[in-house]
Amino acid sequence: MTPLAGYLLLSALLFAIGLGGALARRNAIIVLIGIELMLNAANLNFIAFWRYGPNPEALTGILFVLFSIGIAAAEAAVGLAIIIAVYRHYRTTNLDRITSLKG
Amino acid sequence: MSAGFYVIAILIVGSAVAAMSLRNLVHCALSLAVTFAGLALAYLQLQAQFVGFAQVLVYVGAVAILIVFAILLTRGGDSEKEAILSPGWVWGLGIAALVFVVAGGAVVSSKLLPTVQRATPAATVKQIGDQLMTQYILPLEVIGLLLTAALIGAVIIAMRETEGGQ
Amino acid sequence: MDWIVPFLWLIPALPLIAAGAVAVVPKNRKRFAATAAIASMVGSLVLALIAFGHSLARIKGGQSAPEVFNFRWFDLGESALRLGWVLDPLTAVMLVMVCLVGLLIFIYSVGYMAHDDNFTRFFCFLALFASAMLGVIISNNLLLLFICWELVGLTSYLLIGFWFHKPEAAAAAKKAFITTRIGDLAFLLGMVWLNSETGTLLFYDGGRGCLEQGALSALMARATSLGIAASTGIGLLIFAGAVGKSGQLPLHVWLPDAMEGPTPVSALIHAATMVAAGVFLVARVYPLMEASSATLTVITWVGVLTAFFAASIAVAQNDIKRILAYSTVSQLGFMMMGLGVGGVAVGMFHLITHAFFKALLFMGAGSVIHGCHEEQDIRKMGGLKRLMPLTFATYMAGMLALSGFPLLFSGFWSKDEILHAAHGWDGSHGPFYLGLVAAFLTAFYMTRQVCQVFLGEHRARAGGALAAQSPCQPHESPAVMTVPLVVLSFFAVLLGFVGTPAWPWFQQFLKGGVAATDFQHLFSAETLRLIGLSSVIALGGIGTGWWFYGRRPLKVADEVDPVESLRPDIYGVLRNKYYIDEIYEVTFVSLNAWWARACNWLEFWVWSGVARAAGHVVLGLGWVNRAIDEYIVNLGFDRGCEGVTRGGGWFSRLQNGQVQTYLRVIGVALAVLVLLLIWGGRS
Repeated sequence: MTPLAGYLLLSALLFAIGLGGALARRNAIIVLIGIELMLNAANLNFIAFWRYGPNPEALTGILFVLFSIGIAAAEAAVGLAIIIAVYRHYRTTNLDRITSLKG
Repeated sequence: MSAGFYVIAILIVGSAVAAMSLRNLVHCALSLAVTFAGLALAYLQLQAQFVGFAQVLVYVGAVAILIVFAILLTRGGDSEKEAILSPGWVWGLGIAALVFVVAGGAVVSSKLLPTVQRATPAATVKQIGDQLMTQYILPLEVIGLLLTAALIGAVIIAMRETEGGQ
Repeated sequence: MDWIVPFLWLIPALPLIAAGAVAVVPKNRKRFAATAAIASMVGSLVLALIAFGHSLARIKGGQSAPEVFNFRWFDLGESALRLGWVLDPLTAVMLVMVCLVGLLIFIYSVGYMAHDDNFTRFFCFLALFASAMLGVIISNNLLLLFICWELVGLTSYLLIGFWFHKPEAAAAAKKAFITTRIGDLAFLLGMVWLNSETGTLLFYDGGRGCLEQGALSALMARATSLGIAASTGIGLLIFAGAVGKSGQLPLHVWLPDAMEGPTPVSALIHAATMVAAGVFLVARVYPLMEASSATLTVITWVGVLTAFFAASIAVAQNDIKRILAYSTVSQLGFMMMGLGVGGVAVGMFHLITHAFFKALLFMGAGSVIHGCHEEQDIRKMGGLKRLMPLTFATYMAGMLALSGFPLLFSGFWSKDEILHAAHGWDGSHGPFYLGLVAAFLTAFYMTRQVCQVFLGEHRARAGGALAAQSPCQPHESPAVMTVPLVVLSFFAVLLGFVGTPAWPWFQQFLKGGVAATDFQHLFSAETLRLIGLSSVIALGGIGTGWWFYGRRPLKVADEVDPVESLRPDIYGVLRNKYYIDEIYEVTFVSLNAWWARACNWLEFWVWSGVARAAGHVVLGLGWVNRAIDEYIVNLGFDRGCEGVTRGGGWFSRLQNGQVQTYLRVIGVALAVLVLLLIWGGRS
């Protein structure tokens, strides 16, 4: 197994773990944590491809990841703000209880 | 595959699993921080030093702390005796497993992955900076704008409402 | 005086204008109505006299052809409808007669109808009638004549039913109109046939008219499928119109009933003018009638049978006007006979004299009725000789003229002309003998009437069951009524002298020639024999009448009539008018009623049935449409909407508000997408 394949598998596993947690836990913050894990898995994927792929001089992978980190940070901030606002209203972070948008 | 890779891999996976399965939220957040650190190590091993440091600074230093704060601010709603798993958690785990199988299968069975061993590329800060200021100037500005908007937005969303709404 | 010919139309136009003016004034303007009508008649009389003078002058000058004035009314495709009027001796004589008699009757009506509320309406109708009658006389086109003929019938209807609130009057008017209509139908057929054969309806048109030689020879030559010539057929059809209008035998039933109208109406229309229109029509189209001896034979026999038939009925009637009505029918029969055996002059002479003395008799009867306070039954009259002397004198003049009292009275000369011509007729001698019998009966019933009305004692005073119903004393009528009587009595006497065999001025005038006095002819053996025979018949009739009724006048009103006591069965048949009305009622009238009911049934079930069925079909379609709309379209739509709503309900379950559900779906989608990409890439 090439190193690249190894890193890719690792990233896939990390992604799956993050996804599983996001889909299976009740707490909204845990879901957010899972999402962060998924984002990080994607970042790892990019760096791996940058390292072992063609044309590493373009630094494409690195820059992409930098931007991704920035965006992830923003997203985490906004998401947590929303959770806090929702918590204030519903008095819970339990996703099962937050069903106002039920169709 | 060097031994360092396996160690880092085990660290990352372990702390990720812990982050997802612990009951105490703060423990989850701390495990997440460990995961971030492990990832930073992985970046260092992949010769993306700047990214590694950025990872530590941003993720560990900001995001993880932020999550801890959020946990602390939203405590008291749930009792300790409640289940941590949402109804239909089996479906969720199943889907995650499915995704892993699909993605992993794709990776393993792929014939397109490059196999040529390359020399270590150089990714100096200077080069990154050059790229940022020339080719990626637009995304840089947009990120700036995005961060500003996110900042303002987060503040507004989380602001305590005055007389009217509460 | 040539100018009169194009302006002949003024003669009917003046009374028409008067009728129009009177129609629009309010009911109380009686004086205006009477003045307008009488003034228009005076104007027409003046113009008629001018026309008459013009005609005389022309004849003296040697020209005898009719003068016409034709004009084009409108175009019909390639041909044009041309109308016109004609001035010939026949026209001139009739114009003067109608205008003069009409004028006198108008004046008389002022007195007779003075107390009637509908005075203005009466004069409007009278003027309209006069206009229509004058139109018939001057018309040169058979179509125009027919139009005016129908107008005459219309005004007759309006005038007979003048007191329309009386059911008998309304019924009589309807009967008159319908009976004459039957004749008019035949007239119309004849007219159409004539037009199709000759292409024109103008009588005289410079050689092209339908009464002129070219057309007549064509008609005589043309034979129809029935074996008769076209001229005979057309002649008979037109004669049928005259039968209706002049009350000849099968269609006479309306004339006696028409006595329901006011007496001036009876005098004008049913004595002097309208009924004479039938005779005038035959005289007008005489060249056509002459063309076929069959037509003339039919005319003669119909005339003489009518004369006898009506005279026999008149013997047994008790209503003063009804006797005169049957007398009119009888005399019209004489006129027709005269036309048939002797030609235009013979028939027209009797028409002219009859107009005057019959109008006189009717007006006298009106005076009697007025004086006896609307009593019309002669059994309740009597003794009026002393109570109404002027009426009696003028009535006697009329009666003697009608009876044909020898030499002195006009009726003798005109009736003698007819009998003379009948004697010389080469068809058969039957009409001559029947005519003699009818003349005898005429004298008889007139004497009966005069005796019962004027002689003896006034039976209303004498007592008896019937007498108790009639009130006070009869009195003479006012001057406005008696002066016309006097004027007419002069004519009744003097008019005969223009047509004696010694000086046949009238006959020659009509033929377009000048007459010379010819006493030789008068005193020839044959003429003297006939004059003697007629005198014997007339005097015999008068004598017999006096024998039965004059010697011992009836004392009480309900005493049995002497003739009736003689032969009550025959008398009964005569009094019931041979039961003709009843026969018609049972046959034609019921047939008509049955036919009308059948047509009504047909109309209701078949013709409107189709329409109603169409309506029902449409309604049914509408109902089906509604059903489709409601049960299929709407329901379908509703079901569709329900389906959409239910589908939406199902789909909304996807939105369960659970974030993690959404995330799971995204996860599955991710896996599926990757698989698709891989497999897509591989293959």
